[in-house]
Amino acid sequence: MINSIYQLVSPHVFSVKYQQIDNDEKVIVRPEYMAICHADQRYYRGLRNPKDLAKKLPMALIHECAGTVIKDNSGTYSPGQKVVLIPNVPGDKLDGIYENYAPNSAFLSSGKDGFMRELVAINKDRVVAYENILPSTAAITEFVSVAVHSVSRLEKTSHTYRNDFVVFGDGSLSFVVTIVLKSVFPHAKITVVGMNPKKLDLFGFADYTYLANELPEEYCCDHAFECCGGEGSQSAISDIIAHIRPQGTIMLMGVSENPVPVFTRMVLEKGLTLIGSSRSGRADFEKAISLMTDKRIQTRLSSIIQEDDPVRSVKDIHRAFETDLTTPFKTVFRWCV
Amino acid sequence: MIFGAILAGGVGSRMKIADRPKQFLPLGEKPILIHTLEKFLLCTRFDKVYIGVHEKWVLHAKDIVKKHITDCDRVEIVEGGKDRNSTIMNIVNAIEQAYGENPDNIIVTHDAVRPFVSIRIIEENIDAAIKYGACDTVVAATDTIVRSDDGNLITEIPERRLMYQGQTPQSFNMSLLKKTYNDLTTEQKSILTDACKICVVKNVPVSLVNGDIANMKITTIEDYRVAEAMAGGDKRD
Repeated sequence: MINSIYQLVSPHVFSVKYQQIDNDEKVIVRPEYMAICHADQRYYRGLRNPKDLAKKLPMALIHECAGTVIKDNSGTYSPGQKVVLIPNVPGDKLDGIYENYAPNSAFLSSGKDGFMRELVAINKDRVVAYENILPSTAAITEFVSVAVHSVSRLEKTSHTYRNDFVVFGDGSLSFVVTIVLKSVFPHAKITVVGMNPKKLDLFGFADYTYLANELPEEYCCDHAFECCGGEGSQSAISDIIAHIRPQGTIMLMGVSENPVPVFTRMVLEKGLTLIGSSRSGRADFEKAISLMTDKRIQTRLSSIIQEDDPVRSVKDIHRAFETDLTTPFKTVFRWCV
Repeated sequence: MIFGAILAGGVGSRMKIADRPKQFLPLGEKPILIHTLEKFLLCTRFDKVYIGVHEKWVLHAKDIVKKHITDCDRVEIVEGGKDRNSTIMNIVNAIEQAYGENPDNIIVTHDAVRPFVSIRIIEENIDAAIKYGACDTVVAATDTIVRSDDGNLITEIPERRLMYQGQTPQSFNMSLLKKTYNDLTTEQKSILTDACKICVVKNVPVSLVNGDIANMKITTIEDYRVAEAMAGGDKRD
């Protein structure tokens, strides 16, 4: 059949590509809800460096998507079944290496077409079924799975003193990391440090919240999550190094466009572990879905989800990206093209 | 119930390169008709999709459906009539013979040679037909429309912002369509160029659904070349 793919050809310019999909071994999914990620916004606005843009475009954006199965010849999924899609394409299988870091792995919406398509033909191991979750919430499963991945890695690698965690950042990523931490370590104290008092107000379920310049000098944590990225990375990492106890683990999750100086003298002196954590794999998606079936977690997530009007045309895609710029958290929209 | 009706009754080809009606020409690896049918079958709201085909081509149509379509239980092929609207009525009759008459039945009629129809357009047709009883898929006219009654001099240049170009699908409450068609005189029937006009000449309101320039009708060799170029996108996943 002929599929329509909505590709970004240059910043702010979309073009529809038509492509035949005739693979009987793949699951055919109709995207239903999508969420915009900062990475999509950076492509859309042309904020990536020109070399990357030239290499990666034209390309369909969006890697956060919930859909409905239309057809699956393998019989694993039935027509009408609700699913979320995994944008990570596993590379070489190596023991001890996660699928999202494996050599030759790829990512849909970073060099390969993302989910802005009329239909998605995808391998069945890249599909995870869900039920009892609103599709508009299920749309951000990938985002939640990234937090799940990071917390899982910390569980596997850090020392076992896990009484105090700090999350730096007051955006959507910090929000879901805090939710996942609360769920995995229910007895630990979680502190969130941010820059914007209004955004910090939403973290009512964290044990403590502080503005970065008001964090008490004597504050100490066992482990930390850096969820700032960009220009905020340096001060966040610096503050974390100052407040973390010896041999703590710092999960780096914020994306920086430029190199960030790190005070390695203190990293050495405290014997710290810095772990880069990005993206996620199937196991993380399954755990994210399992967490998200909890109604309380759904309710919390709903406070960072802003649903825009449905997208029926290229004009609507522009509108959704513009809306996203005006909202502090996650923009989701129904995909009706 | 909701039914698709793909109109593939034509026998001629204006393409000169073809030995068969254009809906059977290949586009990529499959006939145009199959691409169109596949898009309809993806819409789970259709209980059945009917194809109206000229009697000479019914067997061929059955063969290619069997070859390319796995869930062919949802497909029925019926003989077309002498023109577009009689083909639609043949399909309506076949549906009512199989399932009986129901005042809520919806029929979504579509040209076989518009394989770039989108799921969005099909879904919006079904919704509009349920809500309004009849709908037409259109795109805003980009060229100025010039009317000439004698083919020699301009009679009128209508205001372009009020002009649309008709595409398909055209969708209807089936009972409404049948009753309106049967109320037409033979003369009225003879001037019909499409199904929506059945309603328009009888003052039955027809709502508009936004079409898409890409939902082109493959009629000429130039269209066919464009369609081939459009469908030949490189794979990137």
